[in-house]
Parts: sequence; C-alpha cells; structure tokens
Amino acid sequence: MYRYDEFDRAMVLDRVEQFRGQVARRMAGEITEEQFRPLRLQNGLYLQLHAYMLRVAIPYGQLNSRQMHKLAHIARTYDKGYGHFTTRQNIQYNWPRLSDTADILAELASVEMHAIQTSGNCIRNVTADQYAGVTADEVEDPRIYAEIIRQWSTFHPEFTFLPRKFKIAVSGAVGADRAAVRFHDIGLFIVKNDAGEVGFEVWVGGGLGRTPMIGKKIRDFVAKPDLLAYLEAILRVYNMLGRRDNMYKARIKILVHETGVEEFTRLVEDEFKDTQGGELDLPAEEIERIAAYFAPPSYEALEDDPQALTAHRFENKAFNNWVRINVAQHKQPGYAIANISLKPVGVPPGDMTADQMDVAADLAEKYSLDSIRVTHEQNLVLSDVRQDQLFDLWQDLAEAGLADANLDHIGDIICCPGLDYCSLANARSIPIAEQISRRFSDLDRQYDIGELRLKISGCINACGHHHVGHIGILGVDRKDQEYYQITLGGAPGEDAAIGTKIGAAFSAAEIVDAIETVVNTYVGIRRPEERFIDTYRRVGDAPFKESLYDKAA
Amino acid sequence: MTKLLKDGKVVSDTWVHVSDDADLPETGGVIVSLARWQSDHNSLAGRKDGVGVRLEAGQSPEEIKDDLAQFGVVALELPKFGDGRAYSYARMLKTRLGFEGEVRAVGDVLRDQFRAMYRCGFDVLEVSADVPAEKLEAAWQDALGEIRYAYQPAYRGPQMVIRRRHAAVAA
Repeated sequence: MYRYDEFDRAMVLDRVEQFRGQVARRMAGEITEEQFRPLRLQNGLYLQLHAYMLRVAIPYGQLNSRQMHKLAHIARTYDKGYGHFTTRQNIQYNWPRLSDTADILAELASVEMHAIQTSGNCIRNVTADQYAGVTADEVEDPRIYAEIIRQWSTFHPEFTFLPRKFKIAVSGAVGADRAAVRFHDIGLFIVKNDAGEVGFEVWVGGGLGRTPMIGKKIRDFVAKPDLLAYLEAILRVYNMLGRRDNMYKARIKILVHETGVEEFTRLVEDEFKDTQGGELDLPAEEIERIAAYFAPPSYEALEDDPQALTAHRFENKAFNNWVRINVAQHKQPGYAIANISLKPVGVPPGDMTADQMDVAADLAEKYSLDSIRVTHEQNLVLSDVRQDQLFDLWQDLAEAGLADANLDHIGDIICCPGLDYCSLANARSIPIAEQISRRFSDLDRQYDIGELRLKISGCINACGHHHVGHIGILGVDRKDQEYYQITLGGAPGEDAAIGTKIGAAFSAAEIVDAIETVVNTYVGIRRPEERFIDTYRRVGDAPFKESLYDKAA
Repeated sequence: MTKLLKDGKVVSDTWVHVSDDADLPETGGVIVSLARWQSDHNSLAGRKDGVGVRLEAGQSPEEIKDDLAQFGVVALELPKFGDGRAYSYARMLKTRLGFEGEVRAVGDVLRDQFRAMYRCGFDVLEVSADVPAEKLEAAWQDALGEIRYAYQPAYRGPQMVIRRRHAAVAA
C-alpha cells in the first residue's frame, strides 16, 4: 500500500498543527462558532445531536494492521470503545471531546492517516472498489489513481468552498461495479480504448440525497496524463456555475441536469483546453512511483481448492456457508478474498468495538499479508488470504463475533446513524435495522431468500443509500411520529437503478412486518434462481402493492 | 475599519469604492460596480487616476474581458466566506484572461483563507476584522506558512509536489 514520502508527511503534520491553532483560537473566543464551523468541518469534525463527531478518512478503503490498531486505540482512548464504518470508506467516532481532537489527528498522522476534507463543501475522501488489485478481471488497480486524486484534491486552493460537497469514486473492474461509481459527483471507470491504451471513462452528476440521479457519461476516454487536467476542468465549471442559492440544489447533479449534459460537457471541454498539457499534466514517473506501492505482494505458488479447504467445507456446514457467501474469488490461484460482515444480529450496521478492530488487525497480519479493506457497504475485507488458511481464519473470526455469513443478504443492511446520533435525521434507523436483522436471523431463511440489498436512511439525505436498495427504507417525520417509506427496485452497481416509492409510509410498529410481507411476496412469485431484484424487474410494483395495501384481499 | 493587506503588509488604499448613487470624486482611483461601469462608461473610461470594477459573486470576469485593459483593479466580492466562486475568477483573470492589474478580494475575507487566496492570484485583500496592523501581518505570515507544500499548481505559492518529487530524482 501507499507510504507517505517527506511531502505527504509534512502536509498531514502541518495540518494537525494548523487545526490545533484553529481550535485554540476558537476556545479563546477569537473566532465565532460560525467562523470555526467550516474549519472544523474540513477536518471532519461535526457537531451532532449529543456531542462532536469526528470522521476519519480511509482513502480508497485501504488499511494495514498498524492503522487498524491505531483506530482501535483511538476508540478506546478518546471515545467510548467503538467506531462506526460509513458508506464512504470512512470511520466515525461519536464521542470525542473538542479539546482532544488535535491530539487524535496527531495520532492518526503517526500512522499516515488523517481527517482532511471528510466534511465541508470540498472534495471528499476518494473511494474505490474494495477488491482493487485482487480481483481477476481488472484493467488496472484503481487505488493508484485514487491516491493521485487524493493528493491533487488535498487543500486545493480553488475548490475549498464549492457549492456543495463533492465525491469521487474509481473502479477498474470489468463488468462489476462494487463502488457505486455512477452515484458519485464524478465516477471514473478505468478502461482500455481501441488502441489498447488505458485511461478513464468519466461519469458526472450521480448522487443520492433528496434528488437521486444516476450519473451521465461525459467522456469515453481521458488519457492518463490528462486525468487531473480533466478533473480540474469539471471542478472549475462546477465551482463557477453550480447553484449557491439553495443548498438542496447545489450538487453538481443539479447543474448537469439544469444545464443539460451536452452543454455541460461543452463547458468542461472548453476549460479542458486551458488545463490540458500544462502544469497539471500527470507524468508517467509519478504514476509509476505510486503504482509501485500497489504492486502485487509476493504470492506463493499455490493451487485453488486445496484439500485443507475442501475437507473442512465438506465437514462443517457453517464454515461452508461462510465460504460460499462471504468469500470471493482472488486473481491469484490458492488465495481468496474474505469479507468480514459487520452486520451481526442486533448490532448497529458498521459498528465495531475497539477489541474487534484489534482482532481484525491481528488477523490481517496473520492471514492477509497485512491488508484490510473497508467497503462502502460497511463491511471489511481481508484481501489476500490463503485458501488453505480460510478455516483457521474463520475460527478466529468466529471467536470475535466477526464470522457472520450474510454478505449481500437481507441481514447485510446498510444503515445511516439516524436519529440516535444525527442532527439531520427524521427517524431512527439503527433500531429498525436491528429489528429486521432479528426477524430474518435464521440464516437458512436468508439463503433461501438469496441476494437482497436492504438499505435504510433516517432522512432524505439518504446516507443509508435507500434509493439504491433492492428494498429501501426511508425514515420520515409525520406529525412528530417516525414513519418509514418503502422503495423497491434500486441497485447501486453495474445495473444501477433508483428505487420507486411503493406507497404510503408505515409506522415504526408496522415497518418490519411490511418488509416481511414484501419478502414473502417475492418468495411466492419468484422463478427458480431468480433474485429479488430480477423478480421485481419482471413483475413491477403491482404484486407488492397488493400484498402491502390491499387489506381486503 | 477595513485594512488592506498586500504581500503580507498592511498598506494604505489609493483607491476608493464609489457606490452607484454617489458622485465620482474629482481625483483619485475609483472602484465602481459593473452596472455603473456599463452605464457611465463614457465618463469613467480614460479617467486619469484610474478606474476599477467590482464584480459580485455571480458576475464572471468573462463579462468584462474586452474592457480589462482599462481597469487598474478588479475587485471580486465574497458575500460570505463560503462562497468560493471568486477563487476561480481570480485565477481566470490572472491566467486565461491575462489581466495585469490588481485583483482584490472584498467582503467576507478571513485569515484562514489568506493562503488559498494568495495562491489563486489575489494581490490585495480587504480585511474588515478590527485587529491592529501588526497582528494582521503576523496572521498573514502564519497563514501562509502553515502548510509547507502544495499538491496542485496554482498562480502563486509553492511548486507542485509532483514536480519537486521528480525534479529531485532527475537531479
């Protein structure tokens, strides 16, 4: 993985001291809370319902064990012993004290981490496919370019006060999109053109929130040297023309929509004439320098499906299920990608205790060539596990309560913090997730239901990605009561779609039954091997509406 | 009282802002709104002590690109510090449009933005904070030195880190 050089280290250390000064000026009353707000936000420090919340970046989701141990240490020392992994490859601490925040940032800097631009109207943490570098069908490793973009976007003097936040995702996989690329302000797919050169397909204007939109492709191919020049052109157009009169219309998706994709593209291309071939030109030596950090580790020459794996799978049903559900194919024979579900029954999705973080860090060192990934679905990945050690890993995970075999199933819920923590929320989301995971806790039932992406947001800002859930749940406020709307048919990935609202909202007491009704309806009408989303696409809303609302039937 | 920061020093202003309904002074450089420049173009153009124009946050320098040679100052308004359009405008003036006069920031100009403004091409900052000149100058020094390097090219400031990295390798 990437290691800081003297420049990167200086940037992060300077930032810690800068922030320490800003906190001191705030505490001395030299600046107002209003003036302090954008400064703390650009360091990921929010003021939430009960306390400050600190959001720490995990660039493109990559961690080593030393960093994970540090995250555990921070949870234990400065917080209440746990942290929350978010849908943007960040971790949030819910209870830090303002006076400790600079020290926390210094701790992070000691392991080459930071909280820079994890909030505020600036370019946020750059996210990537969690299987980067280890999945078979990949043009190039997206982490290389995500790191290049991370650096370019850090303290960009021109784009620190954009109309609104700005999110970029990169994927290099062919035919699969695990990073919800089309739902980002800018989504980049690494592609090969007809001449065999590698570059970027550029999508702009995707996003969730109160106006969900799938991004539009504005370029089939941007050559590698032009990557930053092209991004800068997009950001410049957005910074000058994005709406600032209404924060709900300030994202680039609205600009693209209102300007029209053709005119927007023309404006970008016009700026690109200025930026291309100049100082932003990305030199091949820099790409090589960064790519070297992501070079494949020295794998051992092994065979797929060793006896040490197959025998245990045959003998142990729970292990076999875990392998079947949570383990993905690795590009290297004899290795595997092991997902750690952070969705055990009854625990807030994405939460992890400090002790569990330490276990994950130790296991990464022991089994996964020191590599851990954080996913936008709020799970972890051990990216480089020998297949003949999967059983040992699974036993160790089980001991720490980390061996839930529910990946991409109904128990694997994405969920925002909701009204339990968040000052924006209309309704609680965590208790709903807990109740649903309890209702469907029988794993055999989950496997019978099959792949089902359920996502819950506590308000229209859609941090829980409900728009792209096969089943989405949105918390709404109805006369001071918490109600929940159901959407069906969303999808985050290569088959991107935005869900459709199915009908009137349900009360907190009714929502879990309603979800069960939707699931049972699907089970009743599906064809053999047909996933929920495919059944929905085949039959549409009608059968679900009928079973949910037609009480006479 | 508004203070003028230029290259880290508090300097006196040789220009006056003239509002749309005020009479023009006999002598001295004046900064007027875009609307006034457009309506009083004839009396303003060729003014001996110079004329400057003040653009609101939604007014792009593109709108005055044909008149730029006539301005000694282009003042860019920041109605609130979170409105970042002026950073792109400053850069546009200095690079694409090749403006050689003074680019000035007016409005909600705060200490924590000095560095980004300087890098984007602002020459002069009008700061309304009620602090002594020495303190403001010290704040400028701190603000500019807080972050040593720069990951991006900009109109001014440290060379882009990528160039430093590979220059070091080449040397």
